Amino acid sequence: MLTKRIIACLDIKDGRTVKGTSFIQLKDAGDPIELAEAYAKQGVDELVFLDISATNEKRKTLADLIKKIAARIDIPFTVGGGISSVEDAAPLLDAGADKVSINSAAVKNPELINDISNAFGSQFLVLAIDARKIENQWAVHTHGGTRSTDKKLFSWAKEGQERGAGEILFTSMDHDGTKNGFANDPLKKLNELLQIPLIASGGAGLPFHFAEAFTLGKADAALAASVFHFGEIKIPELKLFLKNNQIPIRLQL
Amino acid sequence: MKIAVIKYNAGNIRSVAFALERLNMNFEITDDPEKIGSADKVIFPGVGEASTTMKYLKEKKLNQLIVSLKQPVLGICLGMQLMCKFSEENSTACLGIFDEEVKKFKPDNNHKVPHMGWNSLQLNSNWLNNTLQDQFVYFVHSYYVPVNSLTSATTNYINPFSAAMKKNNFYAVQFHPEKSADAGKMVLESFLKIS
Repeated sequence: MLTKRIIACLDIKDGRTVKGTSFIQLKDAGDPIELAEAYAKQGVDELVFLDISATNEKRKTLADLIKKIAARIDIPFTVGGGISSVEDAAPLLDAGADKVSINSAAVKNPELINDISNAFGSQFLVLAIDARKIENQWAVHTHGGTRSTDKKLFSWAKEGQERGAGEILFTSMDHDGTKNGFANDPLKKLNELLQIPLIASGGAGLPFHFAEAFTLGKADAALAASVFHFGEIKIPELKLFLKNNQIPIRLQL
Repeated sequence: MKIAVIKYNAGNIRSVAFALERLNMNFEITDDPEKIGSADKVIFPGVGEASTTMKYLKEKKLNQLIVSLKQPVLGICLGMQLMCKFSEENSTACLGIFDEEVKKFKPDNNHKVPHMGWNSLQLNSNWLNNTLQDQFVYFVHSYYVPVNSLTSATTNYINPFSAAMKKNNFYAVQFHPEKSADAGKMVLESFLKIS
């Protein structure tokens, strides 16, 4: 049976992980490769590296970092942050990334979804959407959630699928950081709307929340960052909890 | 042992190379028929679309070379599908090592396509290490090879399909061992141990 995926997200700035970690003793907690390896060993199913470097100059070193990560990590991983053209995506995929994710650049230029998907195949492309509920509408935001747009979550996700996105990564800004659980209602609605896999993001605080994202939200995968980095939720324990709650999940060999 | 990884326009060659490096294997990524022909083991990776890839293989005359190989050959993902007779993906005539037709998954309310993520193996052949029974490996594909007499491992998604196959010196897996953590490593080791 196809299992639900648990995804850990690492923010990268100038080649270093941004948030510290206390979930495991690392020689260098700022080293994304060491952290990624530790997650892979713990049984995480996928990794996302989000580059939040301020300048394009610093971003150019990203491909080198990706190459080092791909050499060491034996699970699939996605790279996102600042990709706004096929030319931006190509060196990352060449370096060994399994997928790239795009967000603000796709809102600004939706053709980008078609371009990347046509160039590499839709399985290489994740469309990330940040949205918050304003007057009963899920409004899409860009630039790390700082700018509101005219786009609405459901129509934008559908358009993304039609343009060739291979997966949708939906972050509810209303839930992000609350640790009160994922946005299960819009997730469920997205799942009914989409034929491509759906990743839930924002709101994880307890193992139970992951179970809800899969049972109530019907998500195919659930992503978290800080609860993993700070050891509040440990991946082996989370996976065992989900397994014991009849959620199809991969346990380590 | 000399390993040749067939060089062509496939998406996952670097990932396969990294997996071999992690196993401390000596390998060469090459489209030189002589080097491929004289290697002890050949790996035929693949991510992409069937018809454009077959066209490329024909241009480079790699199609004739692959079917004529006598040493153990491992096809991965699209590599496995191209080893079949025909693919529904843009109605493509393939290499014909396996006498099978590659079909497209039909999505339903509970199953999305592509089949993407970790799914388990049921073994019915002994070239794969026994401890891989019920273990999870990573899949990304929209087309599949139906279960047949040469199926070495089965996985269920919408319907049971061939996760691995074997015919004479030709071995094939639908999943990505290079992305399947320790289970994937074991699959590669199983193949590399074949004499």
